[in-house]
Amino acid sequence: MITHPKKLLVIITEAALEKRLIADAKRLGAQGYTVYDVRGGSQHATHEGAWEADRMIEIKIICDESVAQAVADHVIAQYAAHYGVSLFFTDVQVARPGKF
Amino acid sequence: MLDVVVLFFLLGLLARLVKSDLALPGALYETLSIYLLLAIGLKGGIELSKQSLQTVLPQVLWCLAMGLAIPCLLYPVLRRMVKLSGYDAASVAAHYGSVSVVTFAVASAYLQQQQVAFEAHAALWVALLEAPGIVAGIALARWSARGASQADQANTATANPPPALKSTWGTLAHDVFLGKSVLLLVGGLVIGTSMGEAGTAPIAPLFTVLFKGVLALFLLELGLVAGARLGELKRYGFNLIAFALVAPMALAVLGALGGKLLGLSTGGVAIMAALAASASYIAAPTAMRIAVPQANAALSITAALGITFPFNVIVGIPLYLKLAQALA
Repeated sequence: MITHPKKLLVIITEAALEKRLIADAKRLGAQGYTVYDVRGGSQHATHEGAWEADRMIEIKIICDESVAQAVADHVIAQYAAHYGVSLFFTDVQVARPGKF
Repeated sequence: MLDVVVLFFLLGLLARLVKSDLALPGALYETLSIYLLLAIGLKGGIELSKQSLQTVLPQVLWCLAMGLAIPCLLYPVLRRMVKLSGYDAASVAAHYGSVSVVTFAVASAYLQQQQVAFEAHAALWVALLEAPGIVAGIALARWSARGASQADQANTATANPPPALKSTWGTLAHDVFLGKSVLLLVGGLVIGTSMGEAGTAPIAPLFTVLFKGVLALFLLELGLVAGARLGELKRYGFNLIAFALVAPMALAVLGALGGKLLGLSTGGVAIMAALAASASYIAAPTAMRIAVPQANAALSITAALGITFPFNVIVGIPLYLKLAQALA
């Protein structure tokens, strides 16, 4: 199968930001996304996801490198100061590049 | 004597304190909270259909005024005596201005157990008290931010001004007034009012008969969550703990006096006192996280859910009934 290189951007953050992040990602060119409810913690806090004000999410976006960079820059500039945000990129191969 | 549902709360608390692996699935928690909000709204709505506008209107106005006033009263106390930042003070004030639906449910259960009658449409008060406190808290946060930036300009020492609050009042109003709590409470009230007792009879087995059992399960979960918060108390110091214990009692007096002025029954005065004393941990945290991101969310939750909620449920509610009886 012929595959094509894309970037996978993963953002782990507070569930309160879900609607905004998705709107931001779409506006910056992401064509799709997947959201998971997750649990986790850090030196500062534990998020057990036990109830709604404590929930964490993981958003995965497969897109072009330029879009991933733009979304990541925006998320850091806009939200990282006051919300718990972790994000990372990985290289992925996709079969249908037009979808992303 | 404690109501049986309170023992479920204590069981949850104990489970957390002894580090048990007990945890309720997140989806069950969501389901139970939707159920409770709808059931409380429905029950209030059925009774509301029997009330005249003349009786209810002064209560509506009082609830809106009290919801707006509480954060304004608490803000200076939180700034000066608890020594919180403007954002944190506004956020904590918003949590106390809004109400806890479960505290209301426990207060109703306690009054029923004590065979004290109260206005059965009291769910309307809960619905009305949800939002104004949050709105007032957001307004206080913006006012304090404006004050701070003016002070910065005067000092001309603005190395790193905090990013501007970008949410418009329109999106905030959407989150506050159409959030889950207000939507389900008001939706239940409207359905209950329009269908009345006979119309809602087919669903009564689910929403009325099972209510207390579901409340017990929900309190088990809240015990677990509140227990997790107890561990954080030492991070915030004595002043916050003192505030979270004294504020509900002072606010209960305000609520009881208002209830007395409105001519409510003794049970009604006790419910109004419990509502004034209660602090939100569902609607307010979600709304304030978006509206005032600078505020430390854990601080408000620890005060509201770690201290004030257990205090109200175990000690406060019986006290507020005594207060109402003394005023009668």
